[in-house]
Amino acid sequence: MRAVRKRLSGWGRFPVEEAWVYRPDSLEDVRELLPGGNLTLRGLGRSYGDASLNKDGNVADLTRLDRFLDFDGETGRLTCEGGVSLAEVLEVFVPRGWFLPVTPGTKFVTVAGAIASDVHGKNHHNASSLSRHVESMALLLASGETVLCSRESLPDLFWATAGGMGLTGIIAQATFRLRRIETSFLHYKAVRARDLDHMLETLEQYDPHYDYSVAWIDGLAGGKDLGKGVVLLGSHAPLAELPTQQRRSPLPVLARRRLSVSRPPPFSVVNRMTIRLLNTSYRFTHRPREALVGYDGFFYPLDGVGAWNRLYGSGGFLQHQSVFPLQASRETLVRLLEMVVKSRHASSLVILKKFGPQEGLLSFPMPGYTVAMDFPVYSAPFLALVSAMDELVAQSGGRVYLAKDACLSRERFQAMYPRWKEWLAAKERYDPRGAFTSSMARRLGLAP
Amino acid sequence: MKIGAGQQFLILGATSPMARYTAYELAKRGCALLLAGRSPSEVEAVARDVHIRYGVPAQPRTFDARDFASHPALIEETVSQLGHLDGVFLFFGEQGDQAKAQHSFEEARAIVEVNFLGAVSLLTLVANHLEERRSGVIVGVSSVAGDRGRRTNYVYGSSKGALSLFLQGLRNRLSLSNVQVVTVKPGYVDTAMTYGVVTSRLVASPQRVARGIVRSVEKGRDVVYLPWFWQWIMLVIRLIPERVFKRLNL
Repeated sequence: MRAVRKRLSGWGRFPVEEAWVYRPDSLEDVRELLPGGNLTLRGLGRSYGDASLNKDGNVADLTRLDRFLDFDGETGRLTCEGGVSLAEVLEVFVPRGWFLPVTPGTKFVTVAGAIASDVHGKNHHNASSLSRHVESMALLLASGETVLCSRESLPDLFWATAGGMGLTGIIAQATFRLRRIETSFLHYKAVRARDLDHMLETLEQYDPHYDYSVAWIDGLAGGKDLGKGVVLLGSHAPLAELPTQQRRSPLPVLARRRLSVSRPPPFSVVNRMTIRLLNTSYRFTHRPREALVGYDGFFYPLDGVGAWNRLYGSGGFLQHQSVFPLQASRETLVRLLEMVVKSRHASSLVILKKFGPQEGLLSFPMPGYTVAMDFPVYSAPFLALVSAMDELVAQSGGRVYLAKDACLSRERFQAMYPRWKEWLAAKERYDPRGAFTSSMARRLGLAP
Repeated sequence: MKIGAGQQFLILGATSPMARYTAYELAKRGCALLLAGRSPSEVEAVARDVHIRYGVPAQPRTFDARDFASHPALIEETVSQLGHLDGVFLFFGEQGDQAKAQHSFEEARAIVEVNFLGAVSLLTLVANHLEERRSGVIVGVSSVAGDRGRRTNYVYGSSKGALSLFLQGLRNRLSLSNVQVVTVKPGYVDTAMTYGVVTSRLVASPQRVARGIVRSVEKGRDVVYLPWFWQWIMLVIRLIPERVFKRLNL
């Protein structure tokens, strides 16, 4: 199989590193790559930082292993290869009345990538993360052997793989449960919050009553307005809620037409001024109301614009997503938001969400509040801000999301993910040579 | 020929990306498929995939293009299992190694046996079945490489060129019995064959080529270049006089 020398980056377009990229067509092809080691697994490249990069090493692009292998129309149990994208799952199964049990904010990720990051969605408070819905996985290990793991059989491998950032083996097949839907629409409600306390109260109040909840915060607002924003709620609409004429086709696939950013501008078009405009227009377009909306706009508002990451210019951008335990949440949130407001590094997008219970060794969520912020500028003072934010999060007993991360230090990682030793023991059992690695894995001490 | 629900097609070399996306296009239109390929586990996976995505019957079959003696049984079983065939899509091909083929007859022979003789053997069997039924379509995937011999891949090119001529003759014969024969000549397609070799804007996705193949059948085309601009590129390449062409490093 041929390799191509390519400059790769994650979705944040920072960092950019060169590697030898292979694109296997089958599991047999993948097996050829195992003896060589120094291998990083990559799907659609939607993790933000360096999780799918491997400086001067080998990278396997696994997007061509994308076949559906089994589906049980009674229970919704689906088995597919790891390279199938969530967009394809929706396209095939929404018309039959099934939906993803958990979905991240983009549908352009592979099933294997989603499991490796143990992604969460706006329904984490009642559905936990994706791994909760995964029944089993067929893993191609570094030895060339294929094994089946689940909660019952090889549970150590199962839990090291869910959230394991692709470092335990190749998820050749995954079996997970889809959820039943009557329509592909959501009953949507937007509620305004005037400040942080009001925001947290609103989330507490509505979470038990809605499948999905997330809040948008105006990242430029400080002082008494700190934390003002909009809470977005949604639940799958039952058939009876649709207008009569829509009831005849209640399950359309609602992927919208895509605009695309063809090339990055020389500098970021996302700056304080455009962010102010963005925040104002966001408040304007998300006025308090209730409505029926299609699933695509509700779950994937940014998927409609292809390559929107290029808007941040050639320097790239960074999303900082962290979570803190419930009791420390309010205080940490205030300090974090104030830190950003004071730094003058405006965050273009601030997203808040309350998590529920979570299992796993390296899975990101924990009961508490998670906040995600996108930053356009990438410079030395900005990196100092990120480091200060990491420190604050670590002190609060929280953690940052590896799928978004490009900067975390090994010491802070170990403090944030206390079960890393258990994970490393499993890694040594199943990949003793350390064949699977990545730039992130080396940075965090997860692989040689 | 109109392609629609209830028709049944045999796809030879079904595990290649171009073949799989063509199978999707046919399945979308409600056709039942028999998917044949070399690797049992791969054709099984493709058959399951097509069935799950589109709900049409899709069955796997294994075959070897060079095992000519096994071909009559393959086609007979296919016909007896399905009742009849509405057509065949032939995708299998062997790129081979030109440098090796210049010194090893075995390598050259493998290329020619797969691309030309394997196709002749299988298509003749299907042609006779369709001729008897007086309807159907035969789609043969040849290559732009078959339009002119080049120093860098003339063994592969000549096997595809021979296939193009064979399909041309077959089309003339079968036009008398209402059977359509389509010669498909793809340019660069984004597959393992071109990955890392061609980095040009001319590389087309296998999805795009697959859509073009099915559309060509529906439009009743005889010879089709995919994507369309290869027709003009190859026209220019064919027009270059031999005394000039032999000095060009193509």
